Amino acid sequence: MADTLIVEHAEKFRGKAQVLDDICLSIAPGERVALLGHNGAGKSTLIKSILGLTPIRGGKISICGAAPGSAAARAATAFLPEAVSFHPALTGREQLAQFARLSGARADVPALLERVGLSDALDRRIGTYSKGMRQRLGLAQVLLGQPKLALLDEPTSGLDPISRQDLYAIIDELAAQGTAVLIASHALTEVEARTDRIAIMRKGVKVADGTLAALSAEAALLTSIRITARAGEADRIAAQVGGTRLNGVSVEIHCDAAAKMEALRHVAALGDAVADVLMTPPRLEDLYRHYAKEGSA
Amino acid sequence: MISRISAIASTELRILRRNLWLFMATLIMVLFALALTFAGSAPTGTLGVDMLTVPVASMTTLSVYLAPLLALMMSFDAISGDRDRGSLALLLTYPAGRGEILLGKFTAHIAALGFAMTVGFGTAGALAAFSGGASAESLAALALLIATSIVLGAVFLGLGYMVSGFARSSTAAAGMSAGLWLIFVVLYDLGLLGAVVMDDGGTFTQNIFPWVMVANPADAFRVWNIAASEAVAVTSGMAGAASALPAWAAPASLLLWPLAALLLARATFGRVEP
Repeated sequence: MADTLIVEHAEKFRGKAQVLDDICLSIAPGERVALLGHNGAGKSTLIKSILGLTPIRGGKISICGAAPGSAAARAATAFLPEAVSFHPALTGREQLAQFARLSGARADVPALLERVGLSDALDRRIGTYSKGMRQRLGLAQVLLGQPKLALLDEPTSGLDPISRQDLYAIIDELAAQGTAVLIASHALTEVEARTDRIAIMRKGVKVADGTLAALSAEAALLTSIRITARAGEADRIAAQVGGTRLNGVSVEIHCDAAAKMEALRHVAALGDAVADVLMTPPRLEDLYRHYAKEGSA
Repeated sequence: MISRISAIASTELRILRRNLWLFMATLIMVLFALALTFAGSAPTGTLGVDMLTVPVASMTTLSVYLAPLLALMMSFDAISGDRDRGSLALLLTYPAGRGEILLGKFTAHIAALGFAMTVGFGTAGALAAFSGGASAESLAALALLIATSIVLGAVFLGLGYMVSGFARSSTAAAGMSAGLWLIFVVLYDLGLLGAVVMDDGGTFTQNIFPWVMVANPADAFRVWNIAASEAVAVTSGMAGAASALPAWAAPASLLLWPLAALLLARATFGRVEP
């Protein structure tokens, strides 16, 4: 099955600054991809280019084989802008009904609003909605007309923890029905568990693209082992296992995946001197820091 | 395409109704028209015209100021408001094209403006006809006033959209709209007046001035209404400038302006990156 979204060598400049530099990215039907990066890394620009809202200078983007902004691409794509708001004088039902009419989809508006947890606020004006409720309304319009591609820009901003769970449940549903989902986000811990693949952008360049495990292996990030020593033993432990003293009682060792068990055997051999051991494998946060801050491109 | 335009238009109309814009615009028109009808009926005897003629002349002058103002107030945040809220980017990802969005908003705004004008001037006309009698000629003048006021409103709706697409925020759009209103309605005429005084009856006054004047939609509106009714011309004292032009000049100018303004708005909107 052909990829839903294909971005090939996309280039874009704003003035002299290059905001997209040779970006390649593809998403298969039903795949959930997280797009990570600092503010200004080019995530939103990439999304706008895919939507056809801003032209790219070089390269090619295709959505189900159609050019960005074309009628076919628009019909296939759903979008949730960052921190979206709607006209305060309209009710949630009216706003969603307008989007349904515009998209030409035959939609059950109350059912959609119930799906995102807005059934109580159906006929209240959007002006009275909280930020999270406006975000849910934005999410409801993403579900209109079974999109082939969903682009979500910071979908969890302003949502409480329960709503975030709901949001990811909805994203999973979308993916299950074959929608390719691209999520631009800062919320690393959520994305870690809820996406199939991770792409990281830095200053307009895609610096990483792969599964969490593959990226971890490629980055060769170190596992950290923290040893809590009994009183007065910290110095001796530091000397024996070759770690660094953190404070009076703790010693930290960094080692790669292969050397991990060796290090643990060392620690076990220390006997009573060790009070506790805490092992932390590399997480998305470390991975992100590694790729987003690395010196060379 | 029609269903998408009507989806935008019905939403815009609902907004105008709900934030009381439609009500306020109609109320303003009714109040001003009534005030002019009754205050303006005093000198009727001396000019030998019926109860409605003088109010139509004063209402023409009123509409020159009010129609552009109401139109600009409705249209200045048509694009910038959506952009400020972040919903413009979303709207543009739907199958509706930019031209369709603009036409939908225009349909709603012109309907609201038409309603306010018709109700406002119509009430004044009905009351004048009821209390003093109105000739067929003055009723025709009133009908023309209503129709041309709506066209004048259409010009400034288009200009308002243009400013809205051009400005970086709604606040800036509001300021630019105020400037636009001032230029078209006040400063343009003042400038022309100055030029005429400087020229002191030379070729500029004779040949160029009427054309320059009628190029401004607000003045074209005035000239058309005056030329159409002799009685209105008598009471407004603007017959001199109007008579120097061929009869088609003012209508042509006023009818071309909405098209030009909407095309400019469409071109500006086309360059907006949400």
